[in-house]
Amino acid sequence: MSKPAGASAASTLALLAPATVLFATFVLHPIADNVWLSLHDWDGAGAKSWVGLGNYRELAGDRTFAIALANNLRWLLLYALAPPLGLTLALLLCRTARGMRLVRSLFFMPFVISQVVVGLMFAWFFNGRFGLFDHLLRAAGLAPAALLEGDQAIYGLVLAGLWPQVAYCMILYLTGIATLRADLVEAARLDGAGGWALLRHVVLPQLRPVHFIAVMVCTVSALRSFDLVMVMTGGGPHRSSSVLASYLYEQVFTSGRYGYGAALATVLLALMSGIIVTLLWRLLRAERR
Amino acid sequence: MTFPAPLRSTGARAAYALGVGALLVVWMLPLLGVAITSLRPEEALARGEVWAWPRELAWDNYATVFRTSHIGRLIANSFAVTLASVAGALACATLAGHALAKHDFRGRHLLLAIFVGGNLVPFQTLMLPVRDLMLALGLYDTRWALIVFHVAFQTGFCTLFMRNFIRELPDELLEAARLEGASEWAVLRHVVLPLVRPALAGVAVLVFTFVWNDYFWSLVLVQSEDVRPLTAGLQTLRGMWQTSWSLVSAASIVAALAPVTMFFLMQQHLIAGLTYGARRDTDRA
Repeated sequence: MSKPAGASAASTLALLAPATVLFATFVLHPIADNVWLSLHDWDGAGAKSWVGLGNYRELAGDRTFAIALANNLRWLLLYALAPPLGLTLALLLCRTARGMRLVRSLFFMPFVISQVVVGLMFAWFFNGRFGLFDHLLRAAGLAPAALLEGDQAIYGLVLAGLWPQVAYCMILYLTGIATLRADLVEAARLDGAGGWALLRHVVLPQLRPVHFIAVMVCTVSALRSFDLVMVMTGGGPHRSSSVLASYLYEQVFTSGRYGYGAALATVLLALMSGIIVTLLWRLLRAERR
Repeated sequence: MTFPAPLRSTGARAAYALGVGALLVVWMLPLLGVAITSLRPEEALARGEVWAWPRELAWDNYATVFRTSHIGRLIANSFAVTLASVAGALACATLAGHALAKHDFRGRHLLLAIFVGGNLVPFQTLMLPVRDLMLALGLYDTRWALIVFHVAFQTGFCTLFMRNFIRELPDELLEAARLEGASEWAVLRHVVLPLVRPALAGVAVLVFTFVWNDYFWSLVLVQSEDVRPLTAGLQTLRGMWQTSWSLVSAASIVAALAPVTMFFLMQQHLIAGLTYGARRDTDRA
């Protein structure tokens, strides 16, 4: 890229200023500020008292923290199902036939609906008294589960989350499949490859960038899970379905423990930073090429 | 020949259509359940008629939702916050994206990386400092708190998107305008902007969907029902109508309406934005 004649340093600054100032004020500075807060005890109003790593030491012995962390990991592991399920749906729906465009749109629709609404839908779906889920279990002669009212509530939440997540992975794979290189597929066909062999040796390798993106977006949303927890169980019963995000919200706004909440938020950021670093490394490498 | 191979026989095509149709019904069950419930008369629900096809459709439930709650207010709040956020994020991102794409300065890769990386930070990490900041600025519990934050945050990924799009424009085009003495602003306004309309549409519909559906910041940055957006307000309504599932369902459907309509109107643009990067790189040139 050559330096354009008319682009002065002043114009560069002016163009960058609004975005940079806003982003620095409301995103970057708060990250540092949150770490600073986590080193204090604070009730949100009075004076902050310095406790150093005290909040973090307390985390180590906090049972609910352990439960929330384990639930975030469960969420992460189960979200690993979304890419293969999305791929399966995409392979099924990528054909051209009448009405397929509408069908694909309908399959994708869960992703554009607010998670609050998704949560309400599934709270209704899993409801122990009149939900369809237990209705079907009873019809099949099984005991009703009342999924959201017991210790397995977390699985009900993840199941609800998988609905839009699989839809997103599906649309990623549909886009990937639509841009497959026809010449490679053709060549493999001429070599007699079909069905599985074609999928395994020609199609899946070409979809590698899509696998990467799908895994990344699933990891990010698993760590971000909050809305469904708040809407469907509020972290209960007995905090058994808490995740880090909902537990820290509770610590701050119910118990008034701002410093402790900030420490939890820092842990969440640390978990996310692995992904952030991976993505940035890829971005910068692609730019330098 | 394309992948997958086309289905040849009529039988195979019929089986395929049937299978897809059945799967679609199962996939949509949670949504269908709520849609049907929203049209079921209260009395039928009370009688325990929960999953049977309703004998009469109570469109009246929707009227009741609007008559007995402030949902109209909530919808207006959502629109105000969302539209202002879309406009703000588009403006900031186009300006910054242009500089990052077409100006050569030290640290531009780093700046881009910061915009992208900041966008992946969990909301909860920003929660307390942003809330304090809004309190200090006197914006807490106003629509502005939501608008300012959404603009700042969404600008991150929007800038990447706009920058990648603007970078594809040939330098000669900008150069020619500059040689004729056009200011940088004029170049952006009259040369770049008309060419990046599809990107603007894509970013707009993405930001619309994200901001409309936001729940977390609607909980953290505002608390009065007067300014609360629909997602957060829905929880209040749910508390109010505890046992009236048909009303809760109707309100949920109303809340889903705007993003779903937006999706069907702007499908191509939304999907292009969401799947950015899932295309093979050679196709972008």
